[in-house]
Amino acid sequence: MKLTIGHIYPDLLNLYGDRGNIQCLRKRLEWRGIEAEVFPFCFGDLIDFRKLDIVMLGGGSDREQEIAAGNLRAIRQEVHEFVEDGGVLLAVCGGYQLLGEYYRTSGKIIEGMGILDIYTEWKPERIVQNVILQSPLFSTEVVGFVNHGGRTYIGDYMPFGTVKFGLGNTEHSRQEGLVYKNVIATYLHGPLLPKNPVVCDYLIEKAMQRKYGSNVILKLLPDTEEQRAQKYMME
Amino acid sequence: MSVGIRTKLAVCLAKFSSQMIQRTKLGRGTTLPGRIAEMLAPKLLQELSGMVREKVIVTMGTNGKTTTNNLLCQTLEAEGKKVICNRLGANMKNGIISAFVLAARKDGRLDADYACIEVDELAAATVVPLLAPDCIVLTNIFRDQLDRYGEIDIICRKIKEAVQTLPKAMLVINSDDIFSYALACECGNPVVLYGIKENEFHDMASEGFPDSLFCRFCGERLSYDFFHYGHLGSWHCFHCGAKRPSPVFTASDIWFDGEGCSFSLDGQLFTAQTKAYYSIYNILSAYTALYAAEAEAFAFEETVRNFDYGNKREEKFFINGAHVQLYLAKNPVGFQQKLVMLRRDSSPKDIIIQINDNAQDGKDVSWLWDVDFSAFAKLHAVTVLTAGLRRYDMQLRLKYEDIPCETIDDIEIAVEELTEKGTKNLYVISNYSGLYEMNQMLKRMQKKGEAPL
Repeated sequence: MKLTIGHIYPDLLNLYGDRGNIQCLRKRLEWRGIEAEVFPFCFGDLIDFRKLDIVMLGGGSDREQEIAAGNLRAIRQEVHEFVEDGGVLLAVCGGYQLLGEYYRTSGKIIEGMGILDIYTEWKPERIVQNVILQSPLFSTEVVGFVNHGGRTYIGDYMPFGTVKFGLGNTEHSRQEGLVYKNVIATYLHGPLLPKNPVVCDYLIEKAMQRKYGSNVILKLLPDTEEQRAQKYMME
Repeated sequence: MSVGIRTKLAVCLAKFSSQMIQRTKLGRGTTLPGRIAEMLAPKLLQELSGMVREKVIVTMGTNGKTTTNNLLCQTLEAEGKKVICNRLGANMKNGIISAFVLAARKDGRLDADYACIEVDELAAATVVPLLAPDCIVLTNIFRDQLDRYGEIDIICRKIKEAVQTLPKAMLVINSDDIFSYALACECGNPVVLYGIKENEFHDMASEGFPDSLFCRFCGERLSYDFFHYGHLGSWHCFHCGAKRPSPVFTASDIWFDGEGCSFSLDGQLFTAQTKAYYSIYNILSAYTALYAAEAEAFAFEETVRNFDYGNKREEKFFINGAHVQLYLAKNPVGFQQKLVMLRRDSSPKDIIIQINDNAQDGKDVSWLWDVDFSAFAKLHAVTVLTAGLRRYDMQLRLKYEDIPCETIDDIEIAVEELTEKGTKNLYVISNYSGLYEMNQMLKRMQKKGEAPL
């Protein structure tokens, strides 16, 4: 068995060790005896989404995000089809914002891919803090670190989690991120997946089921180190 | 100029508080005196900086500030100059004021030919205009603790704001760093450039993930003829035509051997007791700054030869018959370069990595995932231990490279055991807040071994 992971624009969207998410996916596949192939698609590379099982779209600075946005808009149809077909997509921070209609920064409007009917507006006070979520997808809490100036309005989408500590999509909403089909979009860095192996396994399981049928069940892995690192953040 | 009573009082009280701090061993007394002095005399820094007879030189940048600044200071002192310097790296506003007041006389007057001051990027906008330097050295701009500094563009903006208040200040800029060079172009100040000749660094120096490969002028993808490390190298943009400018001062013929390195610069041969690539950049920036400040620098070669590149922090120790090397690693590019240095030592080794998340370190440790540990397996590490407040995060990082390691609470016991029973070749890597204490602890342990029976 094998999953193919596409890392979109690691040369632009690579803040806060988001690469760690790729490493986490890769290792947790390998530790289960499943082959993992990772394609880093650099800015300008052609991406064949039909060959991908999991796609990771990370965050970048406002400036890098704007550079990335132009190219991403050109492939919006492919991303749209991938998502609607149940493709697994993890979008973090800037990647999350770019899935939406637009991101209004201090001076201009960055047009997003419009995959989701959401939008983001910038405010000068950045939200910088550790965050703890309770997600309907998991029995355990999800932890992460956020640092963003954008406030994202998600309408009726299901949030990724309810905030137990820290701030979510906006300072007034108790909701953080969103879930749509097999897309998880969130502001949580940390990186998200090694800090929260349940989220990683959720993405892997969804991708495995899409490719190999709904009866695929993942082997459990010992996660002592993950739990201890998570516990420190909770305290 | 007459010295006001407030200034005199501020200087006296600051001196007194520093003595008390040191006497009671509560700290190094490098910050609080500045705070006291500033409360009493808000214009103190401006006033004292204005009393410097020749030049004020400010050093900023992500990495290499302390080394560059101390090289400048020691060279000028060797030339017989009196120099004010925040030698211990206290580089926020209070630390800088402290350096000045502690050097001032009791009557509030300053007897100094030069001031060599390193300034934290976050303090730049408030401090640099007060110092009104003649010359500003920018070592490099890399991704740093993001939760403290924000994105790299924010760091650039802060430095730019500071520089733009002083349009006549001479900038000393690294040609190989597109971030620094683009910033200098935006400011429009006079510039002197330095750089390293191509293909001087080989093997693993350029491992890791560069910060930006996109043109700072037009936003298109950059092309590189070669990388030195990180994003430093010979860059050019096919789209807008921007390219690495020719430096005035170039280091070439760089050679590393067991204990140090040698290289040529400005027709002179230099040797230095450092195994780090980035030290060459620090030496270059100091040399260029001395030129830009029109200072005498006959003593530079000797200073470089005898200089302690560990800045009394990254020292070597001998404990229980074992070699112990302490290294600082506080951001991705710094950590990466330390791993390169560990790889050059091909003998078996033990490694302790201490990661804290105190205020100076940044609360967020996700930067550990921006370090490329894929070559860690080639380090010939026998025992790997992680320590500090975020020891579990460090352990987790290594777990995802399949590197087995244990976490420890008590570093002293671990050092004791590893120096007695380990490979006798121990490396201790620490991020910023734990470094000073670690250094003190290792010193103590070394001394204990030396004590006569």
